[in-house]
Amino acid sequence: MRFLFKTDYEDDIKLFPHSGYYVSYGVLLALLVIAPFVLSSYLMSQLVFVCIYATVGVALLILTGFTGQASLGHAAFLAIGAYTAAYLQKYNVPFPVYFLAAGGLTGIIGAMVGFPALRLTGIYLVIATISFALIVEEILARWESVTNGNEGMRVKTLSLLGVTVPRDSPTFYFLCLAVLVLTIVGTLNLLRSPTGRAFVAIRDSETAARSMGVNVALYKVKSFAISAAITGFAGVLFAHKLSFISPEMFTLQLSIEFIIVILIGGTFSLHGAVLGAIFIVMIDPFLTYLKDDMPGMIAGVAATFGAGPATAGNIKSTVAAFASLNGLKGAIYGIIIVLFVLFEPLGLYGRWLKIKLFFQLFPLYKRATFKRQKIYVKSERNR
Amino acid sequence: MSYFRAENLSLHFGGLKAVDAVSFAVERGEILSIIGPNGAGKSSIFNLISRIYRPTSGRIFFEDQDITEEPPYDIARLGIARTFQNIELFENATVLSNLLVGRHRHSTTQLWQELLFLPSVRANEKVHRRRVEQVIEFLDLEPYRDKLISGLPYGVRKVIELARALCSEPKLILLDEPSSGLNVEETDDMSFWIRDMKSELGVTVLMVEHDMSLVNRVSDRVIALNYGRVLAMGSPAEVQQHPDVVAAYLGA
Repeated sequence: MRFLFKTDYEDDIKLFPHSGYYVSYGVLLALLVIAPFVLSSYLMSQLVFVCIYATVGVALLILTGFTGQASLGHAAFLAIGAYTAAYLQKYNVPFPVYFLAAGGLTGIIGAMVGFPALRLTGIYLVIATISFALIVEEILARWESVTNGNEGMRVKTLSLLGVTVPRDSPTFYFLCLAVLVLTIVGTLNLLRSPTGRAFVAIRDSETAARSMGVNVALYKVKSFAISAAITGFAGVLFAHKLSFISPEMFTLQLSIEFIIVILIGGTFSLHGAVLGAIFIVMIDPFLTYLKDDMPGMIAGVAATFGAGPATAGNIKSTVAAFASLNGLKGAIYGIIIVLFVLFEPLGLYGRWLKIKLFFQLFPLYKRATFKRQKIYVKSERNR
Repeated sequence: MSYFRAENLSLHFGGLKAVDAVSFAVERGEILSIIGPNGAGKSSIFNLISRIYRPTSGRIFFEDQDITEEPPYDIARLGIARTFQNIELFENATVLSNLLVGRHRHSTTQLWQELLFLPSVRANEKVHRRRVEQVIEFLDLEPYRDKLISGLPYGVRKVIELARALCSEPKLILLDEPSSGLNVEETDDMSFWIRDMKSELGVTVLMVEHDMSLVNRVSDRVIALNYGRVLAMGSPAEVQQHPDVVAAYLGA
């Protein structure tokens, strides 16, 4: 067990509480840097998606995890970022310019969504953001002169400072990684300064925040704007990675995936966004595996236990039919959300903290350490 | 002119007059207690001052400035801090970050500076930390500095609320039942701190309180309310012997 002796106010401010962090994050960074030279192109592509999803996850964490404003509209912000990039590309705008423009525009639209959201809380805010996402989806489909409607838009290969960066090149991966790292560092900076604390204050008690001098409306709008802007940046990378965008890519399901990212990862820490992104990106190959290999495997097992070839074939086709059911992905998402909310509200990162503490305190760990204690119920009078 | 002044302050909920034409003044550096039976309108007055409610009529002045129309977040910026009867802390944050939110009115940095965590932000943070540390020392909160609020007992939370209010370096502090839910020992501590706040930090205190022994020990003056109206005003002893106050508490 390590004891930290703080001797300076710096100790509370710095990003890494002790030197151990430099080692672990250094190793992680080194692994990420050598990844493109080691991993297969398929895994690299998945890793790029992890970076993009994690960036959106961090953005959603700022809004939902830290400011307490739920949003099911982040697919729309991603779409706005992606379409801005694709549209500006038509006029040969260089990458840095349309990258910033996409983030800026999405941020402004995010702030505009934030204003009506000021009067809404909880489930009503969720419905408002869903409506916003549906509106954006519809606009993308109908505003054909700009978005090319349902036919979608091609996104040209990224060219940065005169060098073309194909979407499966290591350079593109490093670009996504850099955006993710910058987002995380920026968010951490925010969280250790007055704005971040105001966000958390709004989440926990608007009344108290207001009486401490926090302009609740302004900070909610700020939170929406920052979250949307980051999602817009991610949208540009998303568009380049897919090289083709159309309205049906930015549906409600994508917004739900982003919610799952932070819910599964853990809503109280940025680690959660990354863990959740890894989870959500790897669920697709898992489902493919379920579809392709699972039926044969189960039939094989059945055959070993004495089922005849006819029965085995029957089992195989039944399982195959089940695994390729249309709504299976959505159903699995639903089950995952329910199970996590019920049994692991702190998410994967919370579980990791528990495991870490278990070994730090071994053999003194108590099972009740992370039990939530409700000592008294707060009055609702001032709401 | 007095330091803080409420003139004909009224708050009506439909036909119910929660606060009815209440006028009073607080002098600089005094401790003024508001007492009264349940539902007398004590907390409503606090909520009017901190602009959680909008007064039906009447004006509020602080340092000769009319603050009746100020938005709620500007009240804190003017130097009026408050605590809540039913504790409104930021549950899922540490004591330290709760107290740092109290420093919010002194933060001067811009969003883009904070995103980059420029040296100016860092310097500001250190100033905030130092001020917070002074309050922690003043209220003996050292053992709880890095603890989450959600794990702390009620008595400690009460002190942390006071600490958060003090971190904003207020000129006027509104204490809504500082001793409710505290045991005798904790109430004693609270009374020392309230007097120290006045003498060492020079804070003016306006306090709603039910515990008469605490009121007697710390107050310079007392106002008694019932049904939203002022019954009596004066020294603690005077108010307690006032026939209307006795009638309000014991029944005529």
